[in-house]
Amino acid sequence: MLAFIIRRLLQSVLVMLAVGFIAFSLFNFVGDPVSLMLPPEATTADREAVRKALGLDDPFYVQFGSFLGNALQGNFGISLRLGRPVSQLIAERLPATLELAMTAALIGLFVGIPLGVYTALRRDKWTAKAILTTSLIGVSLPNFLIGIFLILIFAVWLGWLPSFGRGDVTQLGLWSTGLLTASGIKALILPAITLGFYPVTLIMRLVRSEMLEVLRTDYIKFARARGLTNRSVHFGHALKNTLVPVMTITGLQLGGLIAFAIITETVFQWPGMGLLFIQAVQFADIPVMAAYLCLIGLIFVIINLVVDLLYYAVDPRLRIGGGGTGGH
Amino acid sequence: MLMVIRMTRRILPTLISAIVLASTAVHAKTLRYASQDDPQTLDAHSSNLLPTNRVLSSVYEGLVGRDKNYKIVPWLALSWSQPDRMTWRFKLRPNVKFHGGEELTADDVVFSVERALHPLSQMKSSLQGVKAAKKIDKLTVDLIMSEPNPVLLNHLFQFRIVSKEWSEKHKAAVPQNYKDREDTYSSRNANGTGPFKVTLRQPDVKTVLVANADWWNKGSAEKGNLTQVDILPVKSNATRAAALLSGEVDFVLDPPPQDIARLKTNPNVKIVEGAEARVQYLAFDQFRDELLYSDVKGKNPLKDVRVRQAIAHAIDIEAIKDKVMRNLAIPTGSQVPRGVQGYTKDAEKRADYDKDKAKKLLADAGYPNGFGITIDCGNIQPAADICQAIPPMLSQVGIRATPNIIPQATYFPKIQKFDTSMYILSWGSATYDALYNLQLLLHTSTGDNTGYGDSNYGRYSNKKMDELIGKIKVEADMKKRDGFIREALMLHNQEVATLPLHQPLVPWAMRKNVEATFTPNNIPYFFRFKLN
Repeated sequence: MLAFIIRRLLQSVLVMLAVGFIAFSLFNFVGDPVSLMLPPEATTADREAVRKALGLDDPFYVQFGSFLGNALQGNFGISLRLGRPVSQLIAERLPATLELAMTAALIGLFVGIPLGVYTALRRDKWTAKAILTTSLIGVSLPNFLIGIFLILIFAVWLGWLPSFGRGDVTQLGLWSTGLLTASGIKALILPAITLGFYPVTLIMRLVRSEMLEVLRTDYIKFARARGLTNRSVHFGHALKNTLVPVMTITGLQLGGLIAFAIITETVFQWPGMGLLFIQAVQFADIPVMAAYLCLIGLIFVIINLVVDLLYYAVDPRLRIGGGGTGGH
Repeated sequence: MLMVIRMTRRILPTLISAIVLASTAVHAKTLRYASQDDPQTLDAHSSNLLPTNRVLSSVYEGLVGRDKNYKIVPWLALSWSQPDRMTWRFKLRPNVKFHGGEELTADDVVFSVERALHPLSQMKSSLQGVKAAKKIDKLTVDLIMSEPNPVLLNHLFQFRIVSKEWSEKHKAAVPQNYKDREDTYSSRNANGTGPFKVTLRQPDVKTVLVANADWWNKGSAEKGNLTQVDILPVKSNATRAAALLSGEVDFVLDPPPQDIARLKTNPNVKIVEGAEARVQYLAFDQFRDELLYSDVKGKNPLKDVRVRQAIAHAIDIEAIKDKVMRNLAIPTGSQVPRGVQGYTKDAEKRADYDKDKAKKLLADAGYPNGFGITIDCGNIQPAADICQAIPPMLSQVGIRATPNIIPQATYFPKIQKFDTSMYILSWGSATYDALYNLQLLLHTSTGDNTGYGDSNYGRYSNKKMDELIGKIKVEADMKKRDGFIREALMLHNQEVATLPLHQPLVPWAMRKNVEATFTPNNIPYFFRFKLN
């Protein structure tokens, strides 16, 4: 077990080195940050001075080397756009993104699973069919459009919820949370629904098809034959056995929610990492982009690790067969 | 219990009206201001980008200011004189206090000049021609010139004065240093003399300005009534417009152009339009003997003035104004827009839209069947749309133009390397003086970053133009100087050295209860704003 974890952690270092390297080589193509830092009216002498001050005149491998050296010490440099340490910026933005992604994931689970079960058990009812049809919207509509619709309805027409921002936040040590104030929770609703729409539909469809599959199996028939209640058959036996694929997907989705909250964050001006990243891209803010990509790489690696470990907890077969080394 | 409820019922309305009365008595007037960009920094001298200037213009002040008609007026300096051609002497206003309580003295001005001239400063242009500053007495300071600058006051308008004591105390004696990877105190805090103090700074979330109760100019007739400004960046166009419609913000600096018509129909919203001192123009490679991106080999058609005139005749500027700019533009033929020192009305004349004339000029120049060429432009609006609108117009006279729309961050380096045959650029008049435009855009490019033709990426070159620019630079008699500028602008117009398209009109959108006057530099001066 321990060996498995250590091996996975070593692999993750390699993954992140690769991410860093690829990211850095791409930065040669994002353009010249200096041209955006200075007004178009600036003189060439000004540009040269700034380029030199930023170390942008160094060749690629020198820049990458100094990035690695500093990154190992937790120093990702100074954002070219905001002039502040990148590590500080990310630490400030991370809570916002995590709160948003977690809420969206919870919405995905707590709405998606019951709906999936319902549509599987009552699959001929018109309500189930209506839910399935509606879920097509979630799969096919782009995220930002859902966000704009929600803003139009709940902010402009009804005036119930704010259209942008994170409301008032409370500082708990390093963590800034919006969950403790009324305005913070109100501000969270629309972006979380927007971001959670896709996972809801995905999990629902997944649970539904898995349930249909499981309900046809022999042990369910035997369970019914034993005279167990419907409730016990459906939730105790059937649902439990659908959870392994759901877990994998939810895990990967969570990574995706954190990494690709970019669009939702931009639409709602949610001050998270996604917004930071998209502005960094537009500004060719290399230090921020590099740090962000490495961090996202790390998050994916960790989530995958956790999901693999959860398999052990849920699926007894793995514990018996694989023992300490893990078989996959 | 019932009694209590009844009591509350009776008292509640009175209570509410009391609270309402109390709050109006306090006059809390908070303007919630939204735009897509957040200031990069609060440092007075380390950024010269508009989003930064917009916020800092309410916090920091300079020796001279501009009144609401954009005329230069005394500000932190009460008066000035020129003891000789290379010296400007400023008498400072007494009893001016920084937000931190420090008193403004000549030492602060000398310190600020040194700071703004520091190699890391982006505000060197605010002190064009200034070499150093010298304290004469507590409230008198001399600016020593390295070259004469007849329009120094126009430049000085952008020069921000910081407190020496405060900067040194917080280790911010030089503008932000990126290389040392340090978080500079002055990038997150500000200490000016201006009408507003910064009380909160959360990048990309919120910056709060609170009215400075001890401002020296609080008695000014131009002063509005704001007690606080919340600066809120909202990146997404649709969200920004929605926030204005839903009343979550009071003022949007940059409403999305496609939403202007809809915003205008809303009874709670109004639009204030103004002309920004900026010109969008087409420029041509007039240097190479063979164009990089053209099918004409062995010669450069754009060197021929007739070809440039043909292009000018082929462009239907009214259609661009109407369809692309949605009427938010004033067509012009001049590289120097109105509102700028030296502006010449006659130079605004554009070649009329006449396809036959264009075809004839092309034929005369030896291109009866036209030629192919690529137009480069950045992917920001409206440049990208204009870039797509022009090729069909040119194709009607035989010029087969292909638009090449690329990200802004790659576009600038490309044209800076002269790697272009034809490009679209928008150029603002930072100093509100024609010299700036002429010297950087139309002087022969010397290629060694001396400030001559640095942004003349088409490398237009004309001896007469260079001579005129030299004269404008040193002529102290403003009347004579304006004459030279006029001559230069007329020459530019005749030669189609570049082809100006229009001066953009900038719309500001706001709730009905906001009173704001547009300023040609597209900077809102919050102290003049009113909230009713």
